[in-house]
Order: sequence, then structure tokens, then C-alpha cells
Amino acid sequence: MSESLLNPSASGSTISVRRSTHSPLITLVGASVVVVVLTIAPWIFPAQFASTLMNFFILVIMATMWNLLAGYAGMVSIGQQAFVGLGAYATLYFALKGMNPFLTIPFAALVCAVLAVPVTYLLFRLRGGYFAIATWVVADTVMLIIGTIAFLGGGTGRLMPGLQSLTPAQTAHYSYLATWIVAFIVVVGTYLLLRSRVGLVLASIRDDEVAARSAGAHVRSARRLVFVIAAAGCGAAGAVLAISQPFVQPTSVFSLQWAAEMLFVSMIGGLGTIEGPIVGSIIFFALQQTLQQQGAWYLIIFGTVAVLVALWQPRGIWGAIRDRFHTELLPVGHWVSEGPAKE
Amino acid sequence: MVWLNVLVQGVLIGGFYALFACGLSLMFGVLKVINLAHGDMAVVAGYVAVFLTPHLGLPEVWSFLIVVPIFTLAGYVLQRTLIQKSIDRDPFTTLLVTFGLSVVIENLLLEIYSANGQTVNIGDLIAKSWHPASIIYVSYVSLGVLGVAVLVLFLLQLFLSKTGTGRLIRAVADDREAAQLSGANYRHIFGVAASLAFATVALAGIAYGMMTQFAPTSGGVNLLFAFEAVVIGGIGSLWGTLVGGIALGIAQQFGAHINVQYQVLAGNVLFLAVLAIRPQGLFGRKTALA
Repeated sequence: MSESLLNPSASGSTISVRRSTHSPLITLVGASVVVVVLTIAPWIFPAQFASTLMNFFILVIMATMWNLLAGYAGMVSIGQQAFVGLGAYATLYFALKGMNPFLTIPFAALVCAVLAVPVTYLLFRLRGGYFAIATWVVADTVMLIIGTIAFLGGGTGRLMPGLQSLTPAQTAHYSYLATWIVAFIVVVGTYLLLRSRVGLVLASIRDDEVAARSAGAHVRSARRLVFVIAAAGCGAAGAVLAISQPFVQPTSVFSLQWAAEMLFVSMIGGLGTIEGPIVGSIIFFALQQTLQQQGAWYLIIFGTVAVLVALWQPRGIWGAIRDRFHTELLPVGHWVSEGPAKE
Repeated sequence: MVWLNVLVQGVLIGGFYALFACGLSLMFGVLKVINLAHGDMAVVAGYVAVFLTPHLGLPEVWSFLIVVPIFTLAGYVLQRTLIQKSIDRDPFTTLLVTFGLSVVIENLLLEIYSANGQTVNIGDLIAKSWHPASIIYVSYVSLGVLGVAVLVLFLLQLFLSKTGTGRLIRAVADDREAAQLSGANYRHIFGVAASLAFATVALAGIAYGMMTQFAPTSGGVNLLFAFEAVVIGGIGSLWGTLVGGIALGIAQQFGAHINVQYQVLAGNVLFLAVLAIRPQGLFGRKTALA
């Protein structure tokens, strides 16, 4: 697991590089337990809790994708709801054509990925804040176009077909499992992506874009790949959202609120860490459940906290924990320490 | 004749978009900050006009006499505290902070004043219009807003080119570090630029309330239009913003004339077309391009 890089004769110490801060076995066992519990959750927990857990997973998917965009590739998008909505409508379209809604999820993600490619050629002409607002224009445009298509219910929306033959309990269980599987794939996929060569390129861009470029990193294609992956992920989130609702309406699936939630959750949890969006989502749902009788106050409080975090603790809650305790559950980087390797 | 009327309405609404957009343009030009809460701050100006001025015994038409000074001051204070703090971190943080502010402001307004529409009451004036030909109607309010927009742009341009402070603002916008070395206090200059931007935001918010109903959620869509006007006209050009606003207004009115559903869509399509064909905009420099 470790290698000595150099051995400065002056101090006589070695520098070791490790990935994990603790034995990977602990992570693996812990993760397995969590996976098993979450898989059987709808059978062991009350239906209400399983349904909340499902919304939690949808937020985790979106936030993980937003974190990949902003935290790793430096692209602030406030238009990811374009792909949430497109995913929802792709599922609706395929279901109306007779497909089983659950089987449409991968196709919805694929549709979003394909549509994201030409979008990058337009949006990548702008940077920073102009990029951010332009993503919103794209989302608004997509919503308006979908709203003119009568087959998809126009501006009023349409009920997702193909679920009525199932009992309510079956629908709940299947949607839960579908959402959980998508969330699992998205988080594990992001983790693997960031440990790959692309992850290395992304880390180099984040640290110093000019240096990365001059060292031969394909900055633009790495960004394009991330944008397309994020589109696919948000599309899958939209697809499971459409199934869980199951009435698909332009103003709700294309709502700016999705962008706000993914942004706040990633920021509070910790940008640029895999665990951050998950931690942020847990806090978000705890707050939302506590304040659900108080209207929009949970969003006001959450937004204020997000602003404060951005100003005074930009690495978020997980970043603070990591800096303080030198621990990581899902390490994507390397730890450099002096002294002989411990493993 | 029908088309001529569409054109006239487009120009009129375009004036409003330019008024809305020039603050955005100024903030980006000088501070390099995209204020994502720009639209919501205009909506706040509308609410202040509607709910504060009647208490002061002032007709709502004259509310700008109170709201504009308040916003000028608020702009300076907000810049010197929250916005400067985020600029000191990095451009990324300014986006996150202003977006956070936007969502917080919108939901606060929703909690305090509900989702009901409000208007700035201007009495009979709202219904009055001039019609030079049979089917061409020029609403006095819209014409007034267009006039205010042109006047504001003219004064801003004059201020930036003729006064000492204006020259300092341009110097800081061109090269902050060089201006700093020459003794300019850039934080103060940023504050002045922000208060100018906020003064125009207040005017835009009140103008919007005179022209039509507004609600807590009106900020977002107006930010989009203002942003489209800036990009179409060319980033960093004040008169370009006016042309961009008018081009956007005309595109929207033509779209609406074909089908009401196409109003906003036509503007978005024009924006995306400009981005694809001439990304620096009609009068712009290539500063915001990647």
C-alpha cells in the first residue's frame, strides 16, 4: 500500500505515501453493513421512514453530481435541474411508449448524457458566473420546450403510466430499491472515477489550472466528461423522482429548488470530498423533518448556514472533521507523512 | 402595422431590461462579481416601495426618492462586508454566497409577504397611453422607464468618464493591482461601484412594480433577462447592454406574437444563438470568455 519516494540523507527520514488513513478492511466491513441495512430498509422500517430515505437518496445523487462538477471540476452550475427534468421526462416518454418505468432509468440517464454533449460546446464558451447563469438559461429553455409538447402533458404535466398495476406496497418497495441502487452506483462510480486517471487530472486542475494545462492535462475534455457524467447522474435522479411522484410536471421537476438544495448540501457537507454531500444531505433532512410545519424556514436557515460556511469554513463540515482527525472513509487522494510506512 | 407595434413594444420592454441589467454589468465590470441575488434585490426594492413609503406619507410614485438612497447605502455596506469577504476568498465563493443570498431573500419575502402579487400604485397613469397610429399603443409608464434607462446609462457613462471617482473606478476595473500601487483604495472604490449598481437595482425594482405585478419569485426570471441582455449586448459595454436589452425585448415580443408560449423561449433562443455565433456579444470585449 505504500512506497518510499525519496530518502533525504540529511535528515535520514523517509517520506511515505498512503491512501487510507486506516485499514481499508474497516471501511469495507462498515460499508457492507450499511449496504445490507439500506437494502432491506423498506421491510424493516416504517413506510414513512423508507419514503423519507428515498428522498434522501435522490438528494444524495444530485449533491454528489453537483459536488463532482463544482468541488472537483470547478464548474458552478445552477442549471442542473435541466437534467433532473429531462431525466424525469425521458422516463415519462418511454413509459408512455409502453416500457416498464423501472427499466427506463438507465435510458433516461443515457438520454441526458447524450444531450449534455452539445450543451457543453455552448456553455464552455463562458466561465465563472456567466457559465453559472447560462446553465440556468439552458434549464429554463428546456423547461419551456417540454411545456409545449402536448404528448408529455404540456405545461400541466402527466401521470406516469405503468405503475397502476402494482399494489401501493409494491410500488413503494420497488421505487425505494431503484433509488437506492442508483444512489449506490452514483456514489461508488464517483469514488472510482476520482481514483482513476481522470481524478488525478481533476485534482491538478483544481490546484492550478495553468500548471495542469502546461503539463499536458486535457483540461477541457476532463471538464466535458465530468459535465456529461453529472448530467447522466442528475437524469437518473430525475427518473427515480418521476417514478416516486408519480405525476410529472414541468415546474416541479425543473424547479430551481433542486439546484439550491444540491448546492447548499454540498457546501455545508464539504465541497471536494465524497463524504461531504452525504453528510450535508443528512443534515438537510434532519432540519427539513424538524421544521416541516414552518413552511420555507428550513430553506432560509439552510441557505444562511451555507453562506456562513462558504465564508468561514469553505471546506465544510466533513472538511473540518478530516483536517482535525486526519481520517477519511472514502479516500481519493494520498496522505504524505514523514517516517517509515506503517503498513 | 401589427409587426410595427410588436417592434415598438419590444423596444419599450427592452428599455426596462437595460435598466435592470446595467447594475449587473457594472458589478461584473468593476468587481468581477456576478451577483446572483441581483434580481431578488430589485424585488426587495419593490417591497420597500410598496410597504414603507405609505407610512411616510409619500405617494408610491415618488418612492424612489427614499428607496434609491437606502439602496445606495446598503450597496456600500453589503460590499464592504459580505461581498468583499467572499471576493477575498475567490470568485467561486462569490457565486455560492450570492446564490445563497438569493434563495434566502426569496424565501424570506415569501414567509413575510406571502406569494401574493404586489404593484407600486401609480394611480391613473398605469392605464394611460399615447397612440400615434390606430393599433400602436405606447404606454406612458413603459416610455418613462425607457427614458429613465437611457438617462441612467448616460449619467453612468458621464460619471465614469468625466469625474475623478469615475476614472478611479475604471482604473480599478482595468487593473486592480496597478491602481492599488498608484494609491487607490480599491475596497472603497468597489464600495462606490456597488452603491451605484444598487441604486440602479432600486430604480429597476420600482419600475418593474409600476409596470406589472411582482412576487417574491420575480427576481430569478428578471435576473435571467438582465443576464441575457448583458451577454447579447456584449459583456463590459454599457450602451451594448441597452442594445442587448432592446434586442431581447423585440425577440420576446415577436415570439409572443406567434404564440404566447414562445415569449420567453424566443429570448432564450436569441441568447443561445448569440452565444453560438458571436460569444463576445454585439459590442463586447472577450473578457468573460473561456
